[in-house]
Amino acid sequence: MSAVVTKVQGFAQAAPAALMSRTIPDAGLRKHYRLDQLFRHVTRFFAFLVLLLLAGILLSLVIGSLPSIRAFGFGFFLTSEWNPVTEQFGALVPIVGTLVTSAIALLIGIPVSFGIALFLTELSPIWLRRPLGTAIELLAAIPSIIYGMWGLFVFAPVFATYVQPVLSSTLGAVPLVGVLFQGPPMGIGVLTAGILLAIMVIPFIASVMRDVFEIVPAVLKESAYALGSTTWEVVWNVVLPYTKVGVMGGVMLGLGRALGETMAVTFVIGNAHRLSASIMVPGNSIASALANEFTEAVGDLYLSALIELGLVLFFITFVVLALSKLLLLRLARREGRMT
Amino acid sequence: MNLYTRRLLINRFNLAVSLLTMLFGLFWLGWILFTLFKAGFGGLSARLFLEMTPPPGSDGGLLNAIAGSLLMGAAGTILGTPIGILAGIYLAEFGNRGWLAPVTLFINDILLSAPSIVIGLFIYAVYVITVGHFSAWAGTMALALIVIPVVIRTTENMLRLVPDSLREAAAALGAPQWKVITFVTVRAAKAGIITGILLAVARISGETAPLLFTALNNQFWTPNMNSPMANLPVVIFQFAMSPYEDWHKLAWAGALLITLCVLALNILARVFFQNRTATY
Amino acid sequence: MYVSRFLERFALLIALGAASHALAVDITGAGATFPYPIYAKWAEAYKAKTGNNLNYQSIGSGGGIRQIQNKTVDFGASDMPLKPEELDKSGLMQFPTVVGGDVPVVNLPGIKPGEIKLTGPVLADIYLGKIKKWNDSALTSLNPGVKLPEQDITVVHRSDGSGTTFIWVNYLSKASPEWKEKVGEGTSVNWPAGVGGKGNEGVASYVQRISGAIGYVEYAYALQNKLVHTLVKNRDGNFVAPNIESFRAAAAGAQWDKAPGMYLILTDQSGKNSWPISGATFILVYRSQEKPDRAKEVLKFFDWAYADGDKLAMDLDYVPLPDSVVKLIQGSWKNEIKDPSGKAVWP
Repeated sequence: MSAVVTKVQGFAQAAPAALMSRTIPDAGLRKHYRLDQLFRHVTRFFAFLVLLLLAGILLSLVIGSLPSIRAFGFGFFLTSEWNPVTEQFGALVPIVGTLVTSAIALLIGIPVSFGIALFLTELSPIWLRRPLGTAIELLAAIPSIIYGMWGLFVFAPVFATYVQPVLSSTLGAVPLVGVLFQGPPMGIGVLTAGILLAIMVIPFIASVMRDVFEIVPAVLKESAYALGSTTWEVVWNVVLPYTKVGVMGGVMLGLGRALGETMAVTFVIGNAHRLSASIMVPGNSIASALANEFTEAVGDLYLSALIELGLVLFFITFVVLALSKLLLLRLARREGRMT
Repeated sequence: MNLYTRRLLINRFNLAVSLLTMLFGLFWLGWILFTLFKAGFGGLSARLFLEMTPPPGSDGGLLNAIAGSLLMGAAGTILGTPIGILAGIYLAEFGNRGWLAPVTLFINDILLSAPSIVIGLFIYAVYVITVGHFSAWAGTMALALIVIPVVIRTTENMLRLVPDSLREAAAALGAPQWKVITFVTVRAAKAGIITGILLAVARISGETAPLLFTALNNQFWTPNMNSPMANLPVVIFQFAMSPYEDWHKLAWAGALLITLCVLALNILARVFFQNRTATY
Repeated sequence: MYVSRFLERFALLIALGAASHALAVDITGAGATFPYPIYAKWAEAYKAKTGNNLNYQSIGSGGGIRQIQNKTVDFGASDMPLKPEELDKSGLMQFPTVVGGDVPVVNLPGIKPGEIKLTGPVLADIYLGKIKKWNDSALTSLNPGVKLPEQDITVVHRSDGSGTTFIWVNYLSKASPEWKEKVGEGTSVNWPAGVGGKGNEGVASYVQRISGAIGYVEYAYALQNKLVHTLVKNRDGNFVAPNIESFRAAAAGAQWDKAPGMYLILTDQSGKNSWPISGATFILVYRSQEKPDRAKEVLKFFDWAYADGDKLAMDLDYVPLPDSVVKLIQGSWKNEIKDPSGKAVWP
């Protein structure tokens, strides 16, 4: 909020009630002052409530995973063995699976969403904007279990028959990158899960980007056009930097969906607790491991290990978010503004 | 190639790519919807809305599941949206001073990526075990907890993007801060906030995992919010995973139903809140 | 027209629901996925007869055990029976309801249902990853005259924990000491090889699409989807096919009266026609009932199911228990389930 207004309002808020009646002589203004205070306290209360709820969830996770932390310690993150019978649990496979599928999802999803938002705001004829926008949002309306069912019964066979053989023969032969594309064409696996996640994530990122692009003041864009910029240059050099915080927010929303998506990933990731360099083989993700095994986990250590997996997911998100905030900070500083 | 030609070509190329991405997105949408319609349309009969979920081999519909989902979805949204919006207002408007705002915002973003099963388990541990039974209230709470982070994120985003000139103009006219916020800032960001609420509703309408441990599910119907209640996502999940053909048909029909409803909701909301932010 | 009818029904639901709710008794149970279809069918018939709602939800055997331990449901259901020590520790008692089993299914070009013969040790070696190809000598010696291709075997197992898995690995543990030592048994294990499908549906779908695949599914599911099953050698040395008769034979040979706490796993039972990979599914209730009325309603439901529910069970490809076992179960109700004052809840 603008510094000037904040200072003035701040002064009004800082003064105690007794002083108020002397400094604000007008009764109407006093009423407004009290309403302001009320409004501020009410919204503050709700923000605090949310903080309590979120902290409560984190706390319950920590308490639930204590037995597992005590049993496995730091080795939990480095072991790939997941054996419910001997009660040896290691989180390496689900963690790698989660990171890789989300990375694939964002790698595909962010450019595509950007292109869609660009199309919707700059290229598309006005009468087409609303229907197309709604069409893209419709991708978000499809329940995730349908993505899973469609992915397994419709997409995976097609992927296995037509796409995977091509991928392994072309990209698989390339020296360094090739190791990522080895494996029999089963149709299911980390890559399929990543692609499915990309499709699920696109509507979130694209609709937020579109909303955020539309809110850019026309003055800024018109100035750029007046200086002779092309449409692309306006978008890349004016719109995008102006909206970068909003865009980041949209990407976070999409990333959130990708990291936590359970049902769709479970159907197509193949659920194998085995580590492999290739992305075309089955793997596992934290959310799908939780979904698959939580309802049937018999034994307190098993349960606790699963809860610790959930905690790890929170931790991964925390790290990713911290990095993104740092990135934003550096970008803002480069523009000469203090955040 | 001189500079101008190069810039022109880059421009044309990127705009063409943008068109391609649009088609790419529409392609997936078309394929999935086609599959959904092909598999689900046959099941969309009047019976779907008039009869309860059947055991395998019997005829039936999805009435109790539909009613349950409507009730819990509405309750969850009504519970979660005001909390989310008010908290979002605090974080955006009053968040420049103090510690509460940055910390809450940060943890909120973390919670956004929480697998929904974790939220269900939290409600289970805190409420269901304490009370001693599953209930629709527990399901409502779980859904509200999913709605809140989404609404906060988008509200805060949208409010921050409203230019300060609007706020300053209102303040200069003598409006107290609460009026500036409610009548000017929020109204300017209204479309974006609605998007946020719609995204949240779309999200909870298809969520299975959080309801599994809170509302459970019910083969029959009771309006008692204090007992397990049927809901569409869990019913679809169970039916789709079964080996019975008649259950499969119901599952696809239910999936189509959810998709159509959320679409209708989207369109309705857009039409209703027609006036977008004026550009100036 | 339909809209108004729907709204009418919706409003009627709320009103009637509130009214009838006062008279009907609502029982909630949760647990194993295997018996869910038959419990749902029984519940519908029971409601038609008595007006009481029995709401059963399939959240998995482990879920059923945990919910009854947390006292959030009136009864739990599990495909894996609890050991007597575990029953004592939690204060629970268990009894079986129906019998079913796991069936190995394959996907090989030109192979028909019931054509391939397998044994327990061979199955264990396949699932351990030791037998890698279909034309391995272990398989061809069992199946002379069947054209087995030189193709890789793709093992398919369950990714989620389940009672179906428990019955399967229990059998493998009995058949192969190496399996027992390396992998062991449980509702979820550390599979040495293969891909994991979610639910019976996931396993069947992988098997159907991957040529050269082998998997295991519940009997009802193999039948409903017309999957290609195999014959398995039973304890008596005969190669039997999975059907209601062979499951019944396995259940008949079982000695329930000699099993403390009714802890009996029906794999590898003796009997000429017994199917070696059978299992019963169990109900868990507390021995000391704080709410004896609700306990009685649970028992009344299962009493009705034992008496009148056999045909419904067989329609859905489940094997009902023989009458002698039912009498045993009802005796145990009388002896073990008591209200806080020590009086028996049943009859």
